[in-house]
Amino acid sequence: MLKAPDLQAIRQIIARAKRWDMLFSVLGILSLMVGVLSFCVLFADMAIKGVPRLEWEFFTSFPSRRAANAGILSAWVGTVLVMMVTALAAVPVGIAAGVYLEEYAPKNWVTGLIEINITNLAGVPSIVYGLLALGLFVYQFGLGQSILSAGLTLALLILPVVIVATREAIRAIPQMIREGSYACGATTWQTVRDHILPYSSAGILTGVIIGMARAIGETAPIITIGALTFIAFLPPAPFAGDPPAGMFDWLFAPFTVMPIQMFNWTSRPEAAFTVNAAAAGFVLVFMTLAMNGLAIYLRYRLRKNIKW
Amino acid sequence: MLKPVTLVTPVTASAPGDDVAPVLKAEVKALDFYYGSFHALKGVNMPVYDRKVTSLIGPSGCGKSTLLRCFNRMHDLYPGNRYAGGGIVLQPDNTNLLSDDVDPIEVRMRISMVFQKPNPFPKTIFENVAYSLRVRGMRNKSELEDRVQSALKGAALWNEVKDRLGELGANLSGGQQQRLCIARALASDPELILFDEPTSALDPIATASIEELVMELKERVSILIVTHNMQQAARISDYAGYMYMGELIEFGVTDQIFIKPQKKATEDYITGRFG
Repeated sequence: MLKAPDLQAIRQIIARAKRWDMLFSVLGILSLMVGVLSFCVLFADMAIKGVPRLEWEFFTSFPSRRAANAGILSAWVGTVLVMMVTALAAVPVGIAAGVYLEEYAPKNWVTGLIEINITNLAGVPSIVYGLLALGLFVYQFGLGQSILSAGLTLALLILPVVIVATREAIRAIPQMIREGSYACGATTWQTVRDHILPYSSAGILTGVIIGMARAIGETAPIITIGALTFIAFLPPAPFAGDPPAGMFDWLFAPFTVMPIQMFNWTSRPEAAFTVNAAAAGFVLVFMTLAMNGLAIYLRYRLRKNIKW
Repeated sequence: MLKPVTLVTPVTASAPGDDVAPVLKAEVKALDFYYGSFHALKGVNMPVYDRKVTSLIGPSGCGKSTLLRCFNRMHDLYPGNRYAGGGIVLQPDNTNLLSDDVDPIEVRMRISMVFQKPNPFPKTIFENVAYSLRVRGMRNKSELEDRVQSALKGAALWNEVKDRLGELGANLSGGQQQRLCIARALASDPELILFDEPTSALDPIATASIEELVMELKERVSILIVTHNMQQAARISDYAGYMYMGELIEFGVTDQIFIKPQKKATEDYITGRFG
């Protein structure tokens, strides 16, 4: 005779346990909504105010005292040029530092200390970087209140992000791949060049773009080093001047960037300028989202060919 | 520094059905090795003969993989590992592979390795095999193609992959991947190939094809193989060594080790009373 299981009791236990499942998933959805909804509301508000202002002239006009004529030409050109300098400085230095820490550095307390400090650097307030850059780049090195100073400042700011992303991407490579390479007779550099960098490029690139997306919105350090808030001319086109010296004139030109232009407009009393600020904000958020989108796409593309 | 040591010569020096005395390819002499403070190899003496298959058997953790990885200085990649005495002398040039004067890269260029789990690079089939040639500076395209082809033929993989050399190595089956790794190890024309339990991640059919391949390869290269599978050691090796707790308990012609071991410990392990 089979013993009859107490199904009633089992089902009660399950039902009670499942109530917690239910409760947590509701809590989770609510928490998620706080983040997603507040971004959506902010973005929608900005879009409703700003989008009607987005005509061609808005992108091709300099700032002006008349809100209707003002545009973001000098701001977006400045942002693009500063980002170029930032990328050119932060990417090679950050990747090299990350590769060194993972593949070359001996594992001892000095390396450990450096590792902890790099993580800490990522949390240093950006205005501190601005102050450092004001003293170091602007005055000590005499680079002035230029695109070069701003680019290098933002490069310092995102360097920890690039280093940490590089290290994490490298750590994801299985040890057996390294051993396979060394067993073929490869040197450390050959292993890095032929295996480590190609296989971690997706992760590194994602980190670089996320870092850049952070840098593009930074205002405090750029104000600290002295970006202009009203600028009605463009820097010389990059690499277009008389070679060799003239090619780099653009690096030393005064500039402004998108967030500063926005900040400037929001501090004006006229309502029309607030609309301009909303429009510029919309463009800036769009730029950031586009960069993040690019990061996701590149990660997908590059990882397609990598299977362990 | 390598201290002079007297080698314990194996009881029988020639493999059955082989009248010519075997030629020494490498010789482990009084080798001591530490992982940090753990004494992993204790005074190991062992010969490896030219163009023969030598197998290392013994329970997990006995030091057989550790000994194998001394042969291509894999231990140098990790901090805390220490060769503490003795050496491995490679013939004919009488070089101690573990000497501080010998560059580990030079050792790895002479002695290649096949790992436990197939580890093809996430590159094409062609580039996987070509890699061991590229690190040796080979750039000529037609020469690379010839060498890759002959290595793939040597690894009995050519017919299966000749039309798909541009595909990723990871798209092959497990057994094919392991043969791809053998082709990679073979391409550089090494003097000795190390196999670290090469079939433990494979199914029986793939295992059989790897075993067959190992026996073919000994025509052209010396082979040292670590295996958990005693039948495998009996099937494919000419010489076998039984290791236990970091020591080489017994070494000899495979048939003798399996049929008439001299030591009680070996007999217990082989007959399954222990292990």
